This record gives sequence, structure tokens and C-alpha cells, in this order.
Amino acid sequence: MNAIAEAETSQAAAWSVDPKDTVMDCRLQKIFYGDFLAVRNSIVPIEKNKITGFIGPSGCGKSTVLRSLNRMNDLIPIFRFEGSVTYHGQDIYDKSIDPVLVRRYIGMVFQQPNPFSMSIYDNVAFGLRLNRYKGNMDERVEKALRSAALWTEVKDKLKNSGLSLSGGQQQRLCIARAVATEPDVLLMDEPCSALDPIATRQVEELMLELKENYSVALVTHNMQQATRVADTTAFFSVDISQGGRTGYLVEMGETRQVFEDPQAQLTKEYVSGEFS
Amino acid sequence: MASNPFAHVVTKVSGPPSAVDYGADKLLRGVVWGAAAVILLLVAYIVFELGRQAFPAMLEFGPEFIYSTTWDVQAKQFGILPEIWGTLYSSLLALLLGGILGVAIAIFLTQDFLDHRVSNVFRTIVEMLAAIPSVVYGLWGIYVLIPLIRPGANWLHDTLGWFPFFGTSLSGPGMAPAALVLAVMILPTVAAISVDAFKRVPYKVKEAAYGMGTTRWEAILKVMLPSASSGILAALVLGFGRALGETMALAMLIGNSNQISLSLFAPANTLASLLASSFPEAGPIEVQALMYAAIALLAITLLVNIFGLWIMKAATRKFEGR
Repeated sequence: MNAIAEAETSQAAAWSVDPKDTVMDCRLQKIFYGDFLAVRNSIVPIEKNKITGFIGPSGCGKSTVLRSLNRMNDLIPIFRFEGSVTYHGQDIYDKSIDPVLVRRYIGMVFQQPNPFSMSIYDNVAFGLRLNRYKGNMDERVEKALRSAALWTEVKDKLKNSGLSLSGGQQQRLCIARAVATEPDVLLMDEPCSALDPIATRQVEELMLELKENYSVALVTHNMQQATRVADTTAFFSVDISQGGRTGYLVEMGETRQVFEDPQAQLTKEYVSGEFS
Repeated sequence: MASNPFAHVVTKVSGPPSAVDYGADKLLRGVVWGAAAVILLLVAYIVFELGRQAFPAMLEFGPEFIYSTTWDVQAKQFGILPEIWGTLYSSLLALLLGGILGVAIAIFLTQDFLDHRVSNVFRTIVEMLAAIPSVVYGLWGIYVLIPLIRPGANWLHDTLGWFPFFGTSLSGPGMAPAALVLAVMILPTVAAISVDAFKRVPYKVKEAAYGMGTTRWEAILKVMLPSASSGILAALVLGFGRALGETMALAMLIGNSNQISLSLFAPANTLASLLASSFPEAGPIEVQALMYAAIALLAITLLVNIFGLWIMKAATRKFEGR
């Protein structure tokens, strides 16, 4: 039995989507950090113009899977990916593909706000300049800041350093920076974990607006957040049976189905809060 | 000892700090305050003593001392403009060379070009440059560097002699060998402090850069350098300060000649080198003049440091908003 088939059978209900509705198709067999098997056998399609939520307990590999989608993990020398991530018909892990290229199309917002040591304006314009954008820079910067719900707070101090903002503002600045170049897919790795409830609500509203134009994959620790914003939810868990701590996809489906009518026992226990 | 109004509270383990704890606390505070006071007093005393000994010369020669160019003991004429020029010129050249090289090495050592262990070994080797005594650098300059660069220098003079930097030939000691050795001497300072500056840039910033789809070059140039800029500037200021005050190697290599020339191959002089080479045989009046020159060197170093601090503050404000 090959590994992909094995992955399909180990999922309680293999989630299948019409290929023409998926923007990315992650079929991973194994992710290693050195000798450590971090994630195994997970098939995770990312749907076009939808928000795909990744939930699961700590160490289940949901962030690792997300970061594999734009080859961020390649920064870690001991990282090794087996399987494929198809994006517009092309496996992004193909030897001929430059990870830098992948990241131009698939943007990312990180768990911790990480603005650059430069002005608010330059932070947002960074990707535009990187892509040698020739149009009206001011207009683009304003649009990105507006869509990140930050414009009114910073419009009078665009020259100030991005690091002078509060934590929540910094995170929205990072979102503005990520959406300014209008990437095709936006990966968000627990974007609200450093935010207070008000800023969290703003970012969630922003995500719902973003999916009009982008496809979003969202890792969240917060199950309520998944029910509020995700169209599709993937539940990961961690397998400690063979002495390791290997994450894998347990169940994936429409958010309402995963939370209200989970197929797998593990999902049932997790979404009802029996363990976390 | 502080009184304890909670002494009646019954606890199993928690209790008030003992008299010994309070005593140690007081002692530590005294020691660190004392150490700080000693440093301040020492600096004040050095400045005072220099000023006291230079005072007669300051009265006699006045500001002319700074901008006149003759140092003639017999005629009792003392001016240090060539030495001020030589000090600044040699240090700026060294800063340019050593600065670029030092920051480049720091980038090479911190931006994943090398395996961690290899990069640590490399860094240790660079830092070992700082352990080589100044006089050894001087000897190396005389016996290795000058013969090595002389053919090239003279070729430059012969073919591009109209260019002010190559206006004279290199006969032996001169500005070029002095500046080259000085650049090597400040290299470990600049490299080590820049390495720390790059290492202080949080990993998440690097992630953000690559996450935007930067190539390595773009990530380093557009994100890592601005993020580390205040630390790199500190490295350059410290390196420049070290170059200004460097004495022995320069006294051996610069030629100790009182002249102002743009030519890289002409002999020149620096303040520190003037002090070192003139003191041993100086009479009372010359000693006073030398003390005056020492104050000038001190003032230059101080101004450079203040200027450097100001630039660092400006950079921190610009890039980090603090």
C-alpha cells in the first residue's frame, strides 16, 4: 500500500473537494526535522476564496503543515518534506522551484507581530518595492492599511517606525504588509494569539473580507475562532504511540460538520473540550 | 534593618530576609557605586592633570597651536595641524577599509553562509587579530607590508600621478601602510560588535523578510542591515575611536613627518605617534606642548564619540521608533 492511500484510510472521512475549487493541494507523506518525524500522512486541500482553519492540540503539526505551504520551513536546515504540495498544477517542492518564487505568490502572517525596523509606510511598501511595483505607491499603501483596519490610526504618522506601534497595531501592520502585494494565497499562523479580544475581532472581520479576493489558510488555537471564520476545518492530532510525537490529520470537512457532527472519536473529544 | 510589621504572621517557609541578606544588599550597592565613582574621579583627574601641565603651553601658544604647521623645538614653535590631519586621515581610511570588511565578515558569519561550528571558529580567528600586540603589527608592516605594496604603489604613482591620492611615490613608511595596518587592527572590533548586532535581530524579523519572498541578498540588505544599524554604527564608532588613539604601530609606519598631503604614499604623522616619539627626549617646554597636543587628541576622541552617539540615537529613532 503506498503512503498516500494509507493516509486516506487513516482519515476518518477523507475530505474531497472538486479540484477546480482548490487552489492548493497538500499531500504530505512525511515531514522530518532531522530524524524526528513531525507530521505524517495528511491530505489538506486549500479551497479558493475560502478560509481553511487548522485546529488541534499543541505539537500536532498544524503550524508545520501551514509553513510547508510556502516553503517557510526551508529556512530550517534539518527540515525535510516528503510528498507534494500542488499549486496551480505545479508541485512547489519540485527541485526546479525556487522557494523565493513560491513566497511571492503565497504570503504569510506570523504568530508574533514582526514589522521591519523601518517606517509604517516603508513596511507596507516593502513588498511593492520588492516586486518593482510601478503604479501609485501611496494609493496601494493606503488601500492595504485600510483593509487591515489600521489606516485611521496611522494615517498621520506614516513616517514613524513600525516598531513604535502597539502589539495589536503591529500585527495589523504585518497583515497590511502581507496583503499589499495581493498574493494569491494568504497563510496565517495563529495571527491573533498576541492580540486582545478587540483587535482579534478586527482581524477576524478582516479575514472574512480578505476571502473575497484571496484564499486563506488559518492556524488557530482558538476553536471559537475557527467556528467564527473558517469555512472548512482540518483537525490535527498527535500520535504518541510509537514513542515519538507525530502529528497527522484526523478529520477535515465543513466547519459546521466538524464541530457538530464529528466523524472521528478524537475529533469528538477535542471539539467538546474533553482534552486539549 | 527594616522593621517587619508582619512578624506575627505564621508561615511554614516564607519569612523576612535576614540581617545578612540586608547586609549583603548594602555591601553590593556600596561596591558598585564605589566602582562607578572611582571611574569618574579617575577620568576627571586625568583631564585635570593634563590641563594643569598643558596650561603654560596653552597660555603661550593659544589657538595658533591647533592651526599652525611647524614643530620646531629649537625655535620654540609648536603647531599640530599636520598631526590632526594625519590622525583624522589615517583613521578615516582605516574606518573605510576596516568598516566595510568588518561588516562584510559579520554578514558572512551570521547570515547562514556557514555551518554554526565553522562560523564560531572563524569568528575566534578574527577576534584573535585583536590579541596581536601593536608593535608586532608595526614590525609586520615594516618588513612585510611595505615591501609588498611598494611596487603597486609606485606603479600607481607613475601612471596616475596626477591624481592627488597617488601624488607621491612610496619610499618606505607612509599613509598607505599605516592605514592598511590600522584597518586590520580595528577589524576585530568592528566585526565582533557587528556580529552581535546581527545576532540581536530577532529570528522573527528574518522570517518576515523571507516570508515576503526576498532573496537572501534582499533580506540582508533591506531588512537585516537596517535592523542591526544602531549596533553596526556603534561598532564603527568604537573602531574609529581605536584608530584615533592607536600609537605604536603608527609611530613605526607613518613616517613621522610634519606635512599635510592627500597622497596615500607620502609620510605623515599622527597625534598619538607624535606624543610617543617626542616624549622621551623632550625638554620642559616641549613637554608642555606635548601635553597640549594630548588634550587636543582627547578632545577629538571625545567629539567623535559624542558625534557617534548622536548618529546612533538618530538611527535608533529612525528605524526602531525609540
